[in-house]
Amino acid sequence: MEKVHAVEFKGITKRFGSNVANDNINLYLDKGVIMSLLGENGSGKTTLMNMLAGIYFPDEGEILIDGKPVAITSPKDAFDNKIGMIHQHFKLVDIFTATENIVLGLKDEKYDLKAATARVREICDRYGFDIDLNKKIYEMSVSEKQTVEIVKVLYRGADILILDEPTAVLTPQEIEKLFFVLRAMRQDGKAIILITHKLNEVLSVSDVVAVLRKGQHIATVRTAETDEQKLTEMMVGHAVKLDIDRLDPKDVKPRLSIKDLTCKDKEGVVKLDHASFVANGGEILGIAGIAGSGQKELLEAIAGLRKVDEGSILYTPDDAPAAELVGKTPMEIKEAGVALAFVPEDRLGMGLVGGMGMTENMMLRSWNKGKGIFVDRKAPEELAEKVYDFLEVVTPSIDYPVRKLSGGNVQKVLVGREIASEPSVLMSAYAVRGLDINTSYVIYNLMSAQKAKGVAVIFVGEDLDVLLELCDRILVLCGGKVSGVVDARTTSKDELGLLMTKVGGKEEN
Amino acid sequence: MDFNLIGLIKAAVLNGTPLLFGTSGEILTQKSGNMNLGVEGLMYMGGAFGLAAAFIYGNAAGENANGAVAVLLALLAAFAAGVIGSLIFSFLTITLRANQNVTGLALTIFGTGVGQFVGELMRLKVGGNVSISNSLKDAFANPIFSEKIQSIPVVGPVLFSYNFFVYIGFAMAVAMAVILNKTRIGLQLRAVGESPATADAAGINVTRYKYIATVLGGGISAVGGMVYTMTIAGSVWSHNGLSGEGWVAVALVIFCLWKPVNALWGSVLFGALLILYLRLPLAFIPTQIYKVVPYIVTAIVLIMVSMRQRREDQPPAALGLAYFREER
Repeated sequence: MEKVHAVEFKGITKRFGSNVANDNINLYLDKGVIMSLLGENGSGKTTLMNMLAGIYFPDEGEILIDGKPVAITSPKDAFDNKIGMIHQHFKLVDIFTATENIVLGLKDEKYDLKAATARVREICDRYGFDIDLNKKIYEMSVSEKQTVEIVKVLYRGADILILDEPTAVLTPQEIEKLFFVLRAMRQDGKAIILITHKLNEVLSVSDVVAVLRKGQHIATVRTAETDEQKLTEMMVGHAVKLDIDRLDPKDVKPRLSIKDLTCKDKEGVVKLDHASFVANGGEILGIAGIAGSGQKELLEAIAGLRKVDEGSILYTPDDAPAAELVGKTPMEIKEAGVALAFVPEDRLGMGLVGGMGMTENMMLRSWNKGKGIFVDRKAPEELAEKVYDFLEVVTPSIDYPVRKLSGGNVQKVLVGREIASEPSVLMSAYAVRGLDINTSYVIYNLMSAQKAKGVAVIFVGEDLDVLLELCDRILVLCGGKVSGVVDARTTSKDELGLLMTKVGGKEEN
Repeated sequence: MDFNLIGLIKAAVLNGTPLLFGTSGEILTQKSGNMNLGVEGLMYMGGAFGLAAAFIYGNAAGENANGAVAVLLALLAAFAAGVIGSLIFSFLTITLRANQNVTGLALTIFGTGVGQFVGELMRLKVGGNVSISNSLKDAFANPIFSEKIQSIPVVGPVLFSYNFFVYIGFAMAVAMAVILNKTRIGLQLRAVGESPATADAAGINVTRYKYIATVLGGGISAVGGMVYTMTIAGSVWSHNGLSGEGWVAVALVIFCLWKPVNALWGSVLFGALLILYLRLPLAFIPTQIYKVVPYIVTAIVLIMVSMRQRREDQPPAALGLAYFREER
């Protein structure tokens, strides 16, 4: 007799226009098992899970829950089948409290927020979640929001949980807590699907790994019987070298000298506290820190996008005397001969205009270069073609709205444009966030190539392994203060982790 | 100068009631994330069809006409007119995802035209003023409490001297506040207006909530037009009588920070502002200045609210945006 699985996909196909996101997927998952769904960007992981969660409906094939075919046409159907999905972008109403969000959409119990709060509290206590249930979502940190999402799914009694890249926004301690909860839920006999890029997480928490590539299901293997190398091969189709090429820096000279840089936010909270350091040309300076430690403020201050309350940023070009950047507008900084290429962490918000095609986005950098009242369209078009060819951007045409491209391709457009302006300082924040391994390496190599040209590269990253392998020096931020600058070749992950949570050896609290 | 505070309050409440309906209906609509700028048109349609219903009934029943029946028919006709108007809006903006601002403005032009067409048609048929019998007029405009209660000093005129619509208007706004804030339906409706994707993921039928809120809200707004025509305008059709009423109601929605409870006193305040030029005329201030005061007050409130940045006072986050589930 055939075994009954908690979830089974049979011949699932989903298309978006001419793009096949899922191609004849056959996959199953049993109760009490944590499965990692692994794949590059655009491999169809999230699309597949969205069909289980009722966000999309498959074009072909069927989904079986406990052996019975079901039609999940809406998220409500998903609930009815005890499926709960925790999306990468949280589905929470900002002005509601945690409890209000948790009970939202439930119909089978009396509407009584107090009683509901008590029941939610029970769940929190059982799993050790520490959360104020009457707090509004807009006052919460990212990890608190994720906790609300998980509690919400548990409150609904979900037996099948899907987590879409849950660790992307968490600190290492929070990740440990999350894994602890996941294991407890596995003990309860729940089926858990983890969508992720991170191989170390796959190996540490999951029982089986299903690998998708370009919309196709490549294989499902037991975690115990595989390793990083094998998984990577399945994921990308060919072996990728795990080492990042790091050239020895040459012609190192100070490019940016930053002294006592202090920035406050609108509420007057100090976000960057007397930061001092030097970024050298011909070097990659990594910036590490827990999310929100002042990375964003630092980059924005250098780019002239944020008001500097104190301190100085001294820029030394190759063939001119040093110039002060503080107090200049982004345009003035550019005109003074300073080229700062800024790759913001919010790719579509700050870097690109979603509704415009590649050409027009290239023009955002060169709109003031045309003669007379007409813009020069030719050069940006050529540049768009160049970026398209060189970085292998997947798009139907260079005039296709970038909003509709996948995250990795959007990032390629942005980085390609910034590098094309031949900067002498290249700043990037979370340049590889959400990117697949191949694209990430393309980005790393681009950074290294810029360094070889004598550019001062500032690379804000979240993956410590990458920082250790890619950068020459690593600056660690903690609570807006520089807690240390270390040599990337000799330091260790432990040392970085320590610096990220403490300033100068003192406990931060 | 003879200034009568109690008289001003009475007049303010009476003039505020059409606004209370118009505003409450639009609050309900906007809470679902739909910005229906067609309130002006809906109120015109409500006014015309409400009057037409009472007029036709009065003519048909002649001497036997019953006031309560006339009121009920006018209410139903106005509500139905609003429902049909906002159903068109809903179909265009929710199902076809047309731009809400453009559709709303079109609805204003359409509704104003339909209302004036119906009004003028009646006028041509009658060959003079379209009006209903005095006994029916009384059923609409007369106070529902006895003379004795009304003659209690201060409390009588301020609280008990109004027509039927004032009280159901207040009851409706209070009920709406309770439903929005204390019930599951309200929570789900607010979720739809704040974040339709979240509501959708929570298993809430976004389309249904948007349709029902917009259509009910449109009906309630249209009743406001009927109340204006039948009480303040004396149950007589006038071509431009309702002009601007709907826009004040939209401004009042913002002034009330999307809360029906605020509409209770906000409508009275705006009612007072609308008639202040009659009640408290100052020779050196032209009438036109009086008439823009509601909009100036609304603008000031908007500025203050955006400066304070309290999240609870902001418009529904998804206001004016169409929702499409499979958007990537």
